[in-house]
Amino acid sequence: MSAIGELSSISRRKGPATAEEKRANRRDNKAAYVFLLPWLIGLAAITVGPMIMSLYLSFTDYNLLQPPEWVGLDNFTRMLGDARLHNSLRVTFTYVLVGVPLQLAVALLIALVLDKGLRGLPFYRSIFYLPSLLGGSVAVAILWKQIFGTSGLVNQVLAMFGITGPGWISDPSTSLGSIILLHVWTFGSPMIIFLAGLRQIPNMYYEAAEVDGATTLQKFWRITLPMLSPIIFFNLVLQIIGSFQSFTQAFIVSGGNGGPSDSTMFFTLYLYQKGFGQFDMGYASAMAWFLLVIIGAFTAINFIASKYWVFYDD
Amino acid sequence: MTELQTLPAPEKLPSSGGKARAKGPKGGSRKRESRGTLAFSRGARIKALAKHAVLIIAGGVMIYPLLWMVVSSLRPNDLIFREPGLWLNGLEMGNYTDGWSALTHPFGHYMLNSAIVVIGSILGNLISCSMAAYAFARLQFSGKKLFFGVMLLTIMLPFHVIIVPQYILFSQIGWVNTFWPLIVPKLLATDAFFVFLMVQFIRGIPKELDEAARIDGAGHPRIFLRVILPLMVPALATTTIFTFIWTWNDFFGALIYLTDPEMFTVPVALRAFVDSQSATSWGSLFAMSIVSLLPVFLVFLFGQRFLIKGIATTGIK
Repeated sequence: MSAIGELSSISRRKGPATAEEKRANRRDNKAAYVFLLPWLIGLAAITVGPMIMSLYLSFTDYNLLQPPEWVGLDNFTRMLGDARLHNSLRVTFTYVLVGVPLQLAVALLIALVLDKGLRGLPFYRSIFYLPSLLGGSVAVAILWKQIFGTSGLVNQVLAMFGITGPGWISDPSTSLGSIILLHVWTFGSPMIIFLAGLRQIPNMYYEAAEVDGATTLQKFWRITLPMLSPIIFFNLVLQIIGSFQSFTQAFIVSGGNGGPSDSTMFFTLYLYQKGFGQFDMGYASAMAWFLLVIIGAFTAINFIASKYWVFYDD
Repeated sequence: MTELQTLPAPEKLPSSGGKARAKGPKGGSRKRESRGTLAFSRGARIKALAKHAVLIIAGGVMIYPLLWMVVSSLRPNDLIFREPGLWLNGLEMGNYTDGWSALTHPFGHYMLNSAIVVIGSILGNLISCSMAAYAFARLQFSGKKLFFGVMLLTIMLPFHVIIVPQYILFSQIGWVNTFWPLIVPKLLATDAFFVFLMVQFIRGIPKELDEAARIDGAGHPRIFLRVILPLMVPALATTTIFTFIWTWNDFFGALIYLTDPEMFTVPVALRAFVDSQSATSWGSLFAMSIVSLLPVFLVFLFGQRFLIKGIATTGIK
């Protein structure tokens, strides 16, 4: 079961403890905390502690040199009037809302073609998966910057057809699109999750549908899609959470400044500039919490909406 | 039972040829049977051929930029901007020698830095995550459900929420420009994905094994080290491979904590390279990009089986 499925089923797995369980409980308690010690220290020192501190800092003005100064809601009201921040939100939302569905659609399409006993599957799977591993690296971001440069690979190919392409990266109307394309290019890992999901659909459903004379399209809409909906949901949640945090690609492609004219200024890039460029730690913390709320809201909406379209077979 | 066990290995699925034969007519003379099979497989073969055509074209487009980068790294600079093709007129190794020594230190220095961080992170994740996973999968303790839920939530927590205070913390103990901020969190099992992966894996190991060991008088440390760990090698391998790739590629952490060129890991060194001379030497930039991707590619080549199982089970990238 996936992490997400596991999380939503935690509360359901409750039963009264038997006497034997209680004895085992006491015996294991101490050992368990010894085994958990590194994780517990990490949780306190690396995760929860910093979260509390960042919540506190979001109400302060802090530049690392002077002690934090309490400013109440100032950082948040500043965010309301910060046009660059609003722009970075628009850029990030566009990236997530266009890039994620597009990537998942391609992943599903290729997974469907790859499914069921096609010769050379391991080979194709490797080819399609490799970009997922490399896509987050600085090297590939550098490559992308060149491919979509004014005299880059894409325009070289277009020139062969007599087309003069724009400077994809240097033109604000196409720069974000180039980065979205980079995201779509890394569809390999959701594809592998789809492939695993497709394997789990019992063949008898398709056989029964064939007996009833269903077309390929009908089989896809009536069997594949509903049976795959938990996997689609899982991919959707994971990809949305991950995409909101994208950073490296935009940083490298734009040379670290989110340009041209802020068209690739992702929210995380702006956060980085505020926090680690200008050492405006209070504002950066407020932004980080805002990001957490946005991601939380998206995830919550996903979970609520999933009741209407995710189909569980159990 | 975990998905890890129930998922059939993709390689074991019947090939289309075998399937078509199985569906062919059973009775009749040898001649009729072969003709029937042929008629059936002709339709299937056209469909399979169409699929292969689609996949080869799509795969070609996918992989083309990478191949082009490899070829460009072997071309003289002035040709890179004029050649969209993949053919080479002689090897130009100058890009590699130029790129290797373009920064303050030879590129090998940054690779060594990366290797130190990678090895530390792998050890950290293997030790701490497997310990936590054993507790969650096999032991009863107060607060288990709460902690398990918290652990799952931390998988989904955006790291930006903790990066600012983390940076302040590490800078106050003087760890900026050391490798500790990149390694210590791994020693403390903050990559909860791997804890979850290992919990899933341990759940698939029969409990009778540890019960037998317990009857023989083994305590939890011994059961963990002698029974569980040897059986969870596939999960440990998956963790190792993913930690390798993620840490090798990690840019954000290195960008924040490593500002002294002496301490640069490969991604920040590459970025410094872009800043210093991107306009003039794409060839050597590509050459060092290839060098930086090579370890990831090799790990991919040899660890594919584990990578694919890891993704299929938990959705880690």
